[in-house]
Amino acid sequence: MSENSSNNGYWSANMRIISISLVIWALVSFGFGILLRPLLSGIAVGGTDLGFWFAQQGSILVFLAIIFFYAFRMNKVDREHGVDEE
Amino acid sequence: MDQFTINLLFVGSSFALYIGIAIWARAGSTSEFYAAGRGVHPVTNGMATAADWMSAASFISMAGLIAFTGYDNSSFLMGWTGGYVLLALLLAPYLRKFGKFTVSEFIGDRFYSQTARIVAVVCLIVASTTYVIGQMTGVGVAFGRFLEVDNTTGLLIGACVVFAYAVFGGMKGVTYTQVAQYVVLITAYTIPAIFISLQLTGNPIPGLGLFGDDVASGVPLLTKLDQVVTELGFNSYTAHHSNTLNMVLFTLSLMIGTAGLPHVIMRFFTVPKVSDARWSAGWALVFIALLYLTAPAVGAMARLNITEMMWPNGGINGGAVSVEAIADDPKYDWMDTWQKTGLLDWEDKNGDGKIQYYNDKNAEMQTLAEEKGWKGNELTKFNRDILVLANPEIANLPSWVIGLVAAGGLAAALSTAAGLLLAISSAVSHDLIKGAYNPKISEKGELLSARIAMAVAIVVATYLGLNPPGFAAQTVALAFGLAAASIFPALMMGIFSTRINNIGAVSGMLAGLVVTLVYIFLHKGWFFIPGTNSFTDADPLLGPIKSTSFGAIGAAVNFLVAYVVTGMTKETPQAIKDLVESVRVPRGAGVAQDH
Repeated sequence: MSENSSNNGYWSANMRIISISLVIWALVSFGFGILLRPLLSGIAVGGTDLGFWFAQQGSILVFLAIIFFYAFRMNKVDREHGVDEE
Repeated sequence: MDQFTINLLFVGSSFALYIGIAIWARAGSTSEFYAAGRGVHPVTNGMATAADWMSAASFISMAGLIAFTGYDNSSFLMGWTGGYVLLALLLAPYLRKFGKFTVSEFIGDRFYSQTARIVAVVCLIVASTTYVIGQMTGVGVAFGRFLEVDNTTGLLIGACVVFAYAVFGGMKGVTYTQVAQYVVLITAYTIPAIFISLQLTGNPIPGLGLFGDDVASGVPLLTKLDQVVTELGFNSYTAHHSNTLNMVLFTLSLMIGTAGLPHVIMRFFTVPKVSDARWSAGWALVFIALLYLTAPAVGAMARLNITEMMWPNGGINGGAVSVEAIADDPKYDWMDTWQKTGLLDWEDKNGDGKIQYYNDKNAEMQTLAEEKGWKGNELTKFNRDILVLANPEIANLPSWVIGLVAAGGLAAALSTAAGLLLAISSAVSHDLIKGAYNPKISEKGELLSARIAMAVAIVVATYLGLNPPGFAAQTVALAFGLAAASIFPALMMGIFSTRINNIGAVSGMLAGLVVTLVYIFLHKGWFFIPGTNSFTDADPLLGPIKSTSFGAIGAAVNFLVAYVVTGMTKETPQAIKDLVESVRVPRGAGVAQDH
């Protein structure tokens, strides 16, 4: 493993997974839950629309999925790059 | 057995349980106080974190704020859960690798500066004190109802109990006590919600019932709720009425504030491994989500129940509830008990023997009121913070459920308030007095200064809790804004940038904290003293941006100032760059160390 993280594969793999995760994080909350809600207003969910569902239920469920996905992937990446804890 | 005795029984036995577990767990070994490296399992740690984290704001206050505003207050739900994503991805694993116990130590070491450490401590104290004010508001509501006294007396009694609880102290560190508190808290929150969801929608899972059909009318619950509230001139429940920019900034402030709160971050220092820190954040959110997925259902269903109680004969045309019914009908007993706390009140303004509840600010309703001879909304006071505690009584649930909710509300408020007081006192005595002012202070002197700091903090919080800057969750939201603007950016830059130097970080934190604090004080009064504000959140200084949403702007200021100042000052030494590199890889993480 090289000393400088700017050019090592482990750190860039980590940054890539973080970026993807944060895009989804922002999309379901700020996106579907708030800013894109008008676009989703055609999709009815139990007396209201999909945006409302994302704001009050969906985003929380996706947040959970993101954290567990990240933990699972990173613990694997740690092993692949040989930087996991012995 | 009357309700008062049942409440006493539930509250008393839950406290006996916590103290019992604390004594049992401590008997094993006092060195397990921090449980560092002793293998606290991620699931257990997650549950304890959830108990620590969910306070009066989540338990007592949040559903009430959602109930009376609807969709627009979804920010609380997304903000207070979304922060865990940031925590898990951007902070927890690296801070665990760093391997010390406090956030200010990381900031002090990473920015190789005693000043940075002290500034971090000051940020921590400011945010935590604001947080405690919010908790005291909740404590006042809970004790007021539970002891059937007015809110002020309830708050004063509550303050004494919190102080005693915090001085007893050690309890805080015992993970299993927190696990017990979590179990009490979540049971107390979900049981009434399940009952009410079954009553209204036939679905036992409140989060699904919220999107189900109202059994009585056959239409979807939310459609029904929209009809019922708009008929009275209120904003529809599901539509977006507030400013979009403010809603985005508010949600963002709560998210980054969550990831910047020292008492939450600290829990991730004590898991055995870096990989466990990642899992722990996930488990914490699982246990938090159980409450947060239920809260919006609690809010919506309570709003429907309350509105139908005030208009019991099929809406506005069927006539309002009569004054005699409120006095005599056992269904309305909750109104009489809550009136004693001073947080709920009504007045028959037009003397027609009925209590008309409607939005008297709405022009159409004013015309209608003129026709019908109404003289304004007669449900004159309904404090948002009473909703969750009153909810089982409103829905006419068995008295043991009401007792359980009282125990849960107190567990939530007391555990977090006591934990914050401990954090404040150790920051003052350990980091400020011992760390900076007088390193030679004796252990006894340190303990004494900790107690004095704790007493001062509780007196300040109680005083301000009597005239709080907002409902419990709103005050707590201000604390999150402060943490968002000061601590989170410093931590993130400390990990993800090797460039940011000591002067940059200190300037950034100070700029973020000061600008946010000033913005809050301008709107909520200087030092939260009522009447000293120049603006209100109804008409904020900067366009639509309310003081509760300013944390996100403060954080941006923090980042910007840190980058600009770093560019103008001396480069970070190589040793510190190496420290950052080592924090980024999990290998070599030892057990967390005290200093």
